[in-house]
Formats: sequence, structure tokens, C-alpha cells
Amino acid sequence: MTNPNPQSGSPDKEPASEAQAAQNALGNTERAEVATEPDRSVAKPGPEPEPKPSLGRLFLDNLWAANTFTVTLLSLVLAIVVGAVLMIISDPDVLSTYSYITSRPSDAINSSWTLVSEAYANLFKGSIFDPEAFSGWLNGANGWQAVLAPISETLTYAAPLVFTGLSVALAFRGGLFNIGAQGQATIGVIMAALAGFLLPLPPGLHLLVAVLAGALGGAIWGFIPGILKARAGAHEVINTIMLNYVATYFLTWLIVQNGVQDPNRTDAISKGVDSSAQLPRLLGDNLRVHAGILLAVLATWAVAWLLNRSTLGFELRAVGANPDAARTAGISVTRTYILIMVFAGILAGLGGSNMVLGSTASALTPLVVAQIGFDGILVALLGRVKPWGVLLAALLFGALQAGGNRMQSYSGISLELVTVLQALIVIFIAAPALVKAIFQLRAARAARLQTSLAKGW
Amino acid sequence: MSTMAVPDIAVAPVDEGFWTRSRKVGLTLLALGLLSAVLFGALATDQQARFTLSDDAAGAALEINGTIGAILFGIITIAAGAALLAGVPKRWFLPVLGVGLVAFVLSFLCWQVSAAPTGQNFMPLVNVIRGTFILALPLIFGALAGVLCERSGVVNVAIEGQLLMGAFSGALFGSISGSVWVGLVAAAIGGAFISLLLAVFAIRYLVDQVVMGIVLNLLAVGVTGFLYERLMQTDAAKYNSAPRFSNWEIPLLKDIPVLGPALFRGNIFLYLGLLLVLVIHIGLFRTRWGLRTRSVGEHPIAADTLGVKVLRVRYRNVLLAGVVAGIGGASYTLALYSFTKNMIGGKGFIALAALIFGRWNPTGALLAALFFGFADQLATYLGAINSVIPSQFLAMLPYLATILAVAGLVGRVRAPAADGKPYIKG
Repeated sequence: MTNPNPQSGSPDKEPASEAQAAQNALGNTERAEVATEPDRSVAKPGPEPEPKPSLGRLFLDNLWAANTFTVTLLSLVLAIVVGAVLMIISDPDVLSTYSYITSRPSDAINSSWTLVSEAYANLFKGSIFDPEAFSGWLNGANGWQAVLAPISETLTYAAPLVFTGLSVALAFRGGLFNIGAQGQATIGVIMAALAGFLLPLPPGLHLLVAVLAGALGGAIWGFIPGILKARAGAHEVINTIMLNYVATYFLTWLIVQNGVQDPNRTDAISKGVDSSAQLPRLLGDNLRVHAGILLAVLATWAVAWLLNRSTLGFELRAVGANPDAARTAGISVTRTYILIMVFAGILAGLGGSNMVLGSTASALTPLVVAQIGFDGILVALLGRVKPWGVLLAALLFGALQAGGNRMQSYSGISLELVTVLQALIVIFIAAPALVKAIFQLRAARAARLQTSLAKGW
Repeated sequence: MSTMAVPDIAVAPVDEGFWTRSRKVGLTLLALGLLSAVLFGALATDQQARFTLSDDAAGAALEINGTIGAILFGIITIAAGAALLAGVPKRWFLPVLGVGLVAFVLSFLCWQVSAAPTGQNFMPLVNVIRGTFILALPLIFGALAGVLCERSGVVNVAIEGQLLMGAFSGALFGSISGSVWVGLVAAAIGGAFISLLLAVFAIRYLVDQVVMGIVLNLLAVGVTGFLYERLMQTDAAKYNSAPRFSNWEIPLLKDIPVLGPALFRGNIFLYLGLLLVLVIHIGLFRTRWGLRTRSVGEHPIAADTLGVKVLRVRYRNVLLAGVVAGIGGASYTLALYSFTKNMIGGKGFIALAALIFGRWNPTGALLAALFFGFADQLATYLGAINSVIPSQFLAMLPYLATILAVAGLVGRVRAPAADGKPYIKG
């Protein structure tokens, strides 16, 4: 996973040593992996490098060094191994073969292998490519849709995660830890749905208004912790956690109100969003993938531009690196904090819009937002708080979820295993020193990796 | 370095001149009082509002006419607000504020109880107090776990995960062994397991502690949910039917009116929780361990200079926190319910709120937990009498109160100075 972000190579703008170190670490990784691009080795401050070793040598050196790519890959491997262990110890049949492992080890090994390999094969088939569907298409047994169905599912699950991941990543870069993406997405989903079934607007305009309403809802919910942080010094971690729950209770209250609740239902479900406000599906009605994923790519590009090319982005990173220095340099830290949280809220709100205007749901229910806000935190960390990295991380998480569904129905492995895998991946990513120790990796040539950015309460 | 000591910017401006904090609070209280006297007074009915000293409508009761009660208590709130506005000595601030707030709640209750459907114009105090403590119990354990962790400088956002893992392993091993005590020990170990991960990653690998807490919560939800589906759902009799602690009546104390039946006929967890508050409070402020813990949490470099093993203190405290929270989780599965997926459902975060609202102090955390428990119980009660107040808004109360608290509206809230900052020796 090289960072495909074409705009990240502007280290001369980085104001502080922390960002500098991270940039150097990343720069070196990139140089090794896309070493053919000459413009990668932009002029960096610091000592002149020693005479360059050959490309192949450099590649081998970096393959087993603790750089971003290797650590990410090995974290995945570790998580998959732990997941396999969990599957084995929770299966009584397989576990019973371990009672006589000394006399017939082949039983234990075979049964474990069957269980684990089948589960992970289903994970793959459900998220990326199913060979049976492909051969079925060649034979004419099923249409081309079945071949693309896994990818469609993956993209559907990934789209909202891109938004919440970007929300968390953007705030991270500004030195704020936005745990409130969940709440911001909740208010976003409410506003988007209300605009979706209350406003009688023509198609096209209706969709636009509904999406923007979601963004507005998120912005409001992000503004509150932003202004509390800026004006009263209240820590955003505490406030965003609390606002998550306030938003959830507000949603459960709102759903059952007159005018919102579906008049034909007694359970907690709202009216459905008008079809004029729904995001169009990209590959016909049988596949769930919708325009949300295009919006997500657009948002990724916009955030990358904002962070790396705009004045606001520069101020944001400066504040994130060192608020005191930024203030001395004449940047309004209060204003920046508020703007960061508003932008983070907008992104999370858009993620919320995706949940109700896309194909996941078309009406409000208490669980309509699912876990996208909390998953967004993991996605942001996995994507190393870089916009394009977040996009890739969201795709991975989307794939895990899509595959998890198939794993549940075909192998009887419950969906919770996906949660475990996701949490484990991020734990290992967050502690590169541990991965390094387990696999005896060489130290990377540049500064050490790190993802931690927040500063306690 | 990600761990540089950057002080929070824009510290709440120091109140100067006439509008001191006390006066602002007074003004707010005055407004609340006016609201209750006028609005609650107008909405209350002429029914007698009965607060019975038992579990049901029977028995002795404190009675007051609904309208009169609502207005009377509203006036008391107004008086308290006016007193603060006029300016009272500093040591009177909290008592006066307390009286004002309690009167406000009573005025609200007079309205609600008198406006309930006929025949239900009573509030069973024993029931309400017992419910408050039962609902506050996981919050008490969770907040104490937070106190232990954060006083030594490790942020504990993983309370939810510790409670959940405690509840799960308590249920699992309690069921397998058939013994409540094995279950209790297993619950403590389960909570400590999450704590161990938190400690190792936060202290040894310097992972950001808030990040780690969030991830560990998800991990706990995933692991317990996964094993629940694989084991407990397929064979509930074997894996999810833990024995339960029976209620213990405490001689003498159980005969105290109202409090006796409400508190002293409960289960072991209630006594354990209250005892732990006392023990941790004394431990923290009166013993050598407490002094070391606090010094490590406030200024680890100074503590290290004086020969305190900073990292050892932190490891020990984080593990202890896991034990406490694990037992808190067992207060669900070994006393009340069988295990279900994600059964803690956010209580860990309310416990975090109680910790912050209680200013990182065991006694404060207890009071905050009781306040949140009362709000929860009140929501149940109001639901039972078909109140016009939506229960969701009462459920929001703990969270809103915490936001107000950290925003500096209800006094200055300050975390231990080194909370969340890893210590690197040398």
C-alpha cells in the first residue's frame, strides 16, 4: 500500500519536527517502492544521502524493514492468525480433535485447516471475487451481475466509512481527536432523511438538498465541541463522546414522533425517503453499489487538496503540530479549532447521508447509522490519517464487512469476527514496535513510525 | 514527539468583577426556580402527590398537594438562586446550590406525580432508591476503575470493554463451574485482561491511550459477541446459565426505615461497590500507595526522581482498575441477567462521564454515578406513569451534565496533569 497521494510531497511546508519525521518516514518508504519516479526525491532538508545503492538492493532492504507498507501487511497477517485461533477454540468439534493431538495430530490439523480456510475463502468470495459466479457467467448459468456482486457490496460498505474516516483523519491532522463522528453522522442521517421525505422537490435538486442537509446536520454537531474547545478549553474527546449518546437518544425519540414515524407501522421506523432523493445506483437495480462511492472519492480528493494545497490546510496542520507556535506565527487557533470540527462534522454528516440516501436503508431506524462513526476512527488510523490512505483503508474495511456477511451465512462464523479482525489490525498498526519485535524486522531507514497524535485529556 | 506537553489553549477566562461564577450559577438557578414555580405549578393538578415509604402505594407516605408543592419547591429554588446572586460566602456555595437543585427536582416530581393517571399519584421511595443504586452500580465500579487508572496517568476509555469482558467471563466460567465465586474471580480476570492489553500497549508501546481505549472497546464487543454466538447461543444451559448471588440481609441495618429495605437487603455487589469507594478514597488520599499513585499521575518526572517506579505503579493501577471493572461487569451476569451481546450498552461511557463529573475523585464519582442512576430510574418511573416527558431526554441528562461540567459551567474540572501522557524514562 504505497501512499498514492500525489500531493503529499511538499515537505518544505511542514512546520514542525513531528510532522517532519512522519513525512520523512513516509517519503523514504515511497522512494523505495516507487523508486522509478524521480520527482519523489524532492529536496529534503537534512544531511546529503550516501551514494545510492542499486534499485533491487533498496527494494530488498525495505521489504523487510519496519516501514508503513510492511507493518500494515504484517498487521493484517497477525490479525488473520488471531482470528483463526478464535475460530478454532470456539468450535467444539474441532476442539475435540485436539484432545488426542499427540496420537493423531493430522486430525486436529486437518479439521482446523478446513474450518479456517473455508471461512476465509468465503470472506474473500463475498468481498472481491467469486470463481463460481465467474464460471457460472461463462456457462450462462448466471448474469454478469453475480460476478460484480462482491465488489458492489464492498463499495457499498466502504462509501460511508470513507467519509467518517476522512472526518476523523482531518481532525487528527489539526491535533483534535474526533470521537464524535458517530454523533455527527447520526444528526446527518436525521437531517438527510427529513429532507428526503418532508420536502417536495424535483428529482436532482431533491437529492442535492438532502445530501447537503446531512452535511449541515453534521456541521452543527461538530460545531458544538469545536466552540467548546476553542472558547472554554473543554476537551473535545469528552464532549464528542457525550454528544454521540445525545444524538442517539435524539434519534430514537424523533423516530416515533407524529409526522416522522411511518403511519402504517407501530415499531420504530420513519417514513421512507422519496425516490427523488435517493442516490442513483451505478450498476442497475440488482447491485447495491450507488453514487455514494463516487462522492467518497471526490471527498477524498477535496480533503487531500484542503490539507496539502490550501491556506486553511496549512494553518490546520500548523495548529495540529504545535498550537503555541501557530499562535505565535499569527494563526488564530480558536478559529482553526472551530473550522476543523465543522469540516469534520460535514464529512461525518455526509457519511450519515450515505446511510439513508443510498441502498443500505431508506428510512430512519434506531440502528440506521450502524457503527460508521467508530469504524471511521479505525479507518483513519489504518489509513495513517492521510486522505488517500483513508480511502484504501475504508475499502479494506468495506471488504471485510461484505465478506463477513458471506462468512456468516456460508460458514456460520458470526459477523463479530470481522469486528475482532478490524480491532486487531488497528491495534497492531498502532504499535509498530510490537510487529517489529514479532517479525524481527530491521529498523526502517528513516524515523520511526507512529500514528498516535492526541495528547490525553 | 506526539507526547509533548501542550497546555490546552483558551483556558476559561477568570471571572472578574460582578459576574463571578457563583453569581452566574445563581442566575441560572433563579431561572430554573421561576420555570418550576410557574410552569410546573400551572401544570400540576390538585391531586395529593404521595411519596410512599414502601415498595408500593401502601403504608405511610409524605403527602403534599401537587400545585402547592410544585410552587413551594419552585420558590425555594428561587430563594437559593437569589441567595447566590446576592453573594454568599464561598463555603456556602455548594450547600445552597444543592438545596436549590434538590428543590427543583422535588417541584418537578410534585408536578409529575400529581399529574399521573388517577390511582397512580404516588412514588414508591424504597423502590426508587433501590433502583437508583442498582442502575448506578456498574457506573460506580466503572468510575472507580477510571479513578485508579487515570490518577496514575493512564486514560481509561476502555471501561466499557472491561465491564463487558468481566460480565462475559463471569457468565461463562460461572456457568461452567457452577460456582458464583469462580465466576467472580473469572470476571475480575476478564476485566484485568483488557486492562493488561491497555497497559502493555499504552505503557510499553506508547500507543495513544484514547485510541487504545476505543479499539479495546471494539475488540471486547467483537470477542464477546463472537464467543456468545458460537458458545452461549448454541448451548445456553452449559455456557450461559451462571448461578447468581443471593441477597444478603445485613442485621440491624436492614430495619432502618426506607433505607433498610432499599439498600441493606441487596446483593454482594452493592456492598462491595460502596466498600470499594471508601477503600479507594482512603487509599488514594491517606496511604503511601495513594501518594505515589497521585504523584505519578501529576508529575511522573518528579516522582521518578524521588525513587518511585513510575511504570510499575502504572501497570499495577491499570490492572487493579481492570479487576474492579470486571467485578462491576459481573454485577450484571452474576446477580441480575444472563449474558447477551453488547449488554453493557454504553454504561462504560456513562461511567467515564461520572468519573469526569466527579472530578477524578472516588467520592465525587460515587455521587455522580448515583445522580446518573437516579436519572435512569426516574426515566423508568415516568415511563410507567405515562409522563409527557420523553424518557430519551432524561437519558440524555448524564451526557449533557458532563458537557456542561467540562465546559466550566459547573465548576472547574481538571484531569490529573500527566493523564494520557506516556512516561519515557531518561
